[in-house]
Amino acid sequence: MSGLNQGDMRLSGHGLRCVRGGREVFAGLDFAAGSGEAVAVVGRNGSGKTSLLRLIAGLLVPAAGTIALEGGHSELTLAEQCHYLGHRDALKPALSVAENLTFWADFLGGELFDAVESLAKVGLDHAIHLPAGFLSAGQRRRLSLARLLTVRRPVWLLDEPTNALDVAGQDMFAGLMREHLAGGGMIVAATHAPLGIESRELRIGGVA
Amino acid sequence: MTALAALIRRDIRIALRVGGGALIGVLFFLTVVVLMPFAVGPDLALLSRLGPAILWLGALLASLLTLDRLFMADHEDGSLDLITMSRTPLELACAAKALAHWLAAGLPLIVATPVLGLLLNLDMIATAAVALTLLAGTPALTFTGMIGAALAVTLHRGGLLMAVLVLPLSIPVLIFGVAASQAVIVGPMTFGAPFSILCALSLVSLVIGPFAAAASLRHGLD
Repeated sequence: MSGLNQGDMRLSGHGLRCVRGGREVFAGLDFAAGSGEAVAVVGRNGSGKTSLLRLIAGLLVPAAGTIALEGGHSELTLAEQCHYLGHRDALKPALSVAENLTFWADFLGGELFDAVESLAKVGLDHAIHLPAGFLSAGQRRRLSLARLLTVRRPVWLLDEPTNALDVAGQDMFAGLMREHLAGGGMIVAATHAPLGIESRELRIGGVA
Repeated sequence: MTALAALIRRDIRIALRVGGGALIGVLFFLTVVVLMPFAVGPDLALLSRLGPAILWLGALLASLLTLDRLFMADHEDGSLDLITMSRTPLELACAAKALAHWLAAGLPLIVATPVLGLLLNLDMIATAAVALTLLAGTPALTFTGMIGAALAVTLHRGGLLMAVLVLPLSIPVLIFGVAASQAVIVGPMTFGAPFSILCALSLVSLVIGPFAAAASLRHGLD
């Protein structure tokens, strides 16, 4: 696979402090993930799991601390090497499934992209021409997952990725994550449910 | 470039689909202008004197009406996060979105102008003049309005704030747009001077708008 160097990347954060709305969410947080590793971020509601993902994605600015990706592409920022799957799924209800996916592939710069193949991988190939507004919550999630496959990026930031997925969907997604890790990728996932793959646990907020 | 083209194509497609903004703007424009002759009364001379101003006001309000969703929709469904993270500079993405908005919501207003000119007792030349000034001036409305749309996302306030922020910026455009059209109809000014200023306003906003909007969006990351 192109774009990923195998086995020599490392995503790490040191002394991270996050303040939102004048309230300190967490402070002194360290984390690290190497190529092929998954980190499951756990913690009670409001402990800052999503905030951590958004810090890594560059969508929030840390009040203190640094985040770095060693061994990544030297000309790209960290955010540009991340896929971010938030709880808002970035789909336009007026556009069809294929149009939604093709837009993100074009916009994110997918070179080897095949809409039908990506949709088949997430089990949505029967609904290609359906407007996204008619999809169920689980189908919307599957379509968002297909976006991760359009462009290869080393870091996947996943916020509650298995939400609304049925059992078969969770198995399918675990397979996709394993494939990504086997290719040298990294995953940081905020989750309450088990991810379904081997992962290191990062607990935020400690005992409340 | 493919990224920007994809963004423009997507926004135009959404605007033209059912429930998109393009049709709403034109319908609003149509409503304002059609109602005006009934409100003013059967004085044809007065109507043709007011004509350019009515058309310009209608176009300004119609473009304001659709502009406040420019970034809000993308913000609400999370697309804006991904656009911010992408390799495409946010300034260019903003410019692309504004261009798409103008193509989908601004151009139809200009196309509708000749038809509406008939209702306002404007002759061919006057209608052409108004359409030409709208063509030169509406980009300024879109690109300054974009700043307000970005601030509305940043400040988590919708429509009304945006109208208050953007109106002062659009007043010069309105003044010179109407002045240039009036120059053709009643004189005594030349058409060239106000029209040049109108073009200058559009060019300035084309440069400043994307940078101001992108700065506002970055500042408001949350």
